Amino acid sequence: MKFSTALSPHVQPVNSVTRVMFEVIVALVPGIIALVWFFGLGVLINVVLAVITALMAESLVLLVRGRPVWVSLKDLSAVVTAVLLAISLPAIAPWWVTVTGIVFAIVIAKHLYGGLGYNPFNPAMIGYVFLLVSFPLPMTSWPAVAGLGTMTLNFQDIAQLIFFERIPENADYDALTMATPLDALKTQLSLQKTVLEAQSGAVFGYLAGKGWEWVSLAYLLGGLWLMVRKIINWHIPVGLILGISVISGICYLIDAQLYAPPVFHLFAGATMLGAFFIATDPVTAATTVKGRLIYGMMIGALVYIIRVWGGYPDAVAFSVLLANLAAPALDYFTKPRVFGHRA
Amino acid sequence: MLNLARFHGGLHLPNNKELSNQAPLRQASIPKKLVYPLMQRPGVTVDPKVQVGERVLRGQVIAHSDHPLATPVHAASSGVIEAIEERLIPHPSGMADVCIVIATDGLDESLVTQGVADFSSQDPASIRTAIKNAGIVGLGGAAFPTAIKLNPGPQRKLDTLLLNGAECEPYITCDDCLMQNQPESVLVGAQILLHSLHIERCIVAIEDHMKRAYARLTQAVAALNDPRIIIVQVPAIYPTGGEKQLIKVVTGKETPSGGIPADIGVLCVNVGTASAVYDAVCKGKPLTERVITVTGRGVKEPQNRYVRIGTPISELIEQCGGYTEHVERLIMGGPMMGFALPDDEIAVVKATNCILAGTAADINIGKQAMPCIRCGDCAKACPVDLLPQQLYWHSRAGNLDKCKEFSLFDCIECGCCEVVCPSHIPLVQYYRSAKSKVIAKAKEAEKAAVAKRRHDMHLERKAKEQAEKAERARLKKEALAKVKQANAEKEGVTQ
Repeated sequence: MKFSTALSPHVQPVNSVTRVMFEVIVALVPGIIALVWFFGLGVLINVVLAVITALMAESLVLLVRGRPVWVSLKDLSAVVTAVLLAISLPAIAPWWVTVTGIVFAIVIAKHLYGGLGYNPFNPAMIGYVFLLVSFPLPMTSWPAVAGLGTMTLNFQDIAQLIFFERIPENADYDALTMATPLDALKTQLSLQKTVLEAQSGAVFGYLAGKGWEWVSLAYLLGGLWLMVRKIINWHIPVGLILGISVISGICYLIDAQLYAPPVFHLFAGATMLGAFFIATDPVTAATTVKGRLIYGMMIGALVYIIRVWGGYPDAVAFSVLLANLAAPALDYFTKPRVFGHRA
Repeated sequence: MLNLARFHGGLHLPNNKELSNQAPLRQASIPKKLVYPLMQRPGVTVDPKVQVGERVLRGQVIAHSDHPLATPVHAASSGVIEAIEERLIPHPSGMADVCIVIATDGLDESLVTQGVADFSSQDPASIRTAIKNAGIVGLGGAAFPTAIKLNPGPQRKLDTLLLNGAECEPYITCDDCLMQNQPESVLVGAQILLHSLHIERCIVAIEDHMKRAYARLTQAVAALNDPRIIIVQVPAIYPTGGEKQLIKVVTGKETPSGGIPADIGVLCVNVGTASAVYDAVCKGKPLTERVITVTGRGVKEPQNRYVRIGTPISELIEQCGGYTEHVERLIMGGPMMGFALPDDEIAVVKATNCILAGTAADINIGKQAMPCIRCGDCAKACPVDLLPQQLYWHSRAGNLDKCKEFSLFDCIECGCCEVVCPSHIPLVQYYRSAKSKVIAKAKEAEKAAVAKRRHDMHLERKAKEQAEKAERARLKKEALAKVKQANAEKEGVTQ
């Protein structure tokens, strides 16, 4: 009897890209729920808009490149990029902000470099930074955290805001938005206030900012779940958290009036999202164990440095992109000792 | 108790061993034909010592050669040499080569042979000769001649004999089965090896799920009352049964890259090989049969059998109830490192430990490769601590120097990286191809160097010839001038 042959190993693969991406999306659910809870349904509109745009942009580029469309679409990588970018945007960002950012992320940052696996920079973060430097106003106008604003918006109001930039009657734009905790801290410190004085403001909560801290905790939860599911390794998140904690801890010990405590930096802004979902993007991160630890620590340190001494209130996107640049070198210099070789 | 170490990476694979290890070990019946390839390893081919039409007996040498790595081939039953012809041989490339074919006569007449009752009276050299004459090679899969392994040279000081019973590949249970049924022959084989190597420590390593084998071996050691032999259970992590991995687990020592275990004082042989050594030395029986696992969901009655070397797989499968209707692939060896066979007329060889008839439930039938997402799962799984995804990039790009820098040749092709790869990239294939390219390039470079040397020598010779020619011409000229001068002088005198 004749048989068809194949080369070893013959064992079925135990994992797939689609599964990895799907689990990442699932792990983002708690964070998205928290965002919706505190910032309204605009988050969901952004996510849906981003995913649709990403799938369309991806299909189009694949068609132009003459690649099979369905094979790449079903790996869900475009969806992950879309969701990550969408949840980084202010929940009332105009629709064209989302669409432009996604198109830039998918077409320029991902496919111009060769598509999945070949992009040196995190596409979602490229999209984010592109938007931040191009459209700073809508990119920094976060809606007020639920319960803190002077008015509550219903779904219709939000949709009007996003799609037509139409502000609800008897309201003005300033009343709708509110500074993020990182923003507020930066402003207050520049006014010669101490950290303690700044933190007495309405936007601050138990750990960091009202609302924000819960979103961070939700990301942390999702991230831990990803670790349990072995989708991500601990090295990058732990490195990042360690990096931010050590440097902010030192500064806090030196002058607590000038520098916020580590716990604030861990739970404010995008630290947790960055630690578990952005920096862990395998394509653009370092791949060796030691390299990943250093990579994480680098991002952590950069986030703090830019937040405290730089021009932007938050800095996860910039830090991740800078560390992306360092990834190949980190891999090169942190090769493990091969079995049977001398150290 | 030994303190066990562990190696980096490895996998917990569904072992599927219960498929074959429940049925009792039985003797396979004599096949109608026996087929013996003459090629034993790359570059080692034995010569037929019989002619077509000649009648041979079981245990008779039918092929041999003077090559140091060659081992004699013995007929596994009596019969008539039917042909010496090209047939498919068990080889990953599916190649054909010359084979001796015996048509068996069912009488199973053997040559009369005799072993030595007391091996301790034998000196190491004569034990090695007995082992070589019995045609014994490593039965774990590598088929390296055992007699050569037993003589690692005076500069290597051995202290431990490691019997490898850690059958880490899924599905395979032949060693487990052998240890359950013949623990004494394995252990006496170990004693013979200890005696011939002048060492005082033997560790038999088996996987921790082999409860019955452990009990049987422990009983047998107690009966032998030999304190030199200890039985160790090692965690079942693939590829724990890899020689260098097992040595690391049991002794904590790493075999140097490019070296052999004897460099760190360890000699590692498969338990089946030890049993064959016992048969050869104490009973005078050459290696003509071995335990083979016939398994997979593609065969009706998976089991272990004593199978005569040379038995065509089709006959073996028939004895195990035949194929099921969903059989998809025929694999010699395990599902991780075994190779697929194009045809079941191929016969089993000494290195055949398992015949796996796989269905879609057992094996991977085609998968589409996606781009590498650099997740690093491969590096996490690599038992040698390589960076498989870097090796993949470099081998794909044909960057062979970089491949060497990333220790390509330390890759044992165990397949762990490929099984965990979410992108389903045929990584091992890339490494094999890169290795053969490096080897081919080295050969080419060597050839080029030889050609250059030859060319240089040719130029040198030519230059020398030219010089000699010039010298001769000069001498001739001088001589002529002298003659002319002499003549002129003569003329002057006469004038």
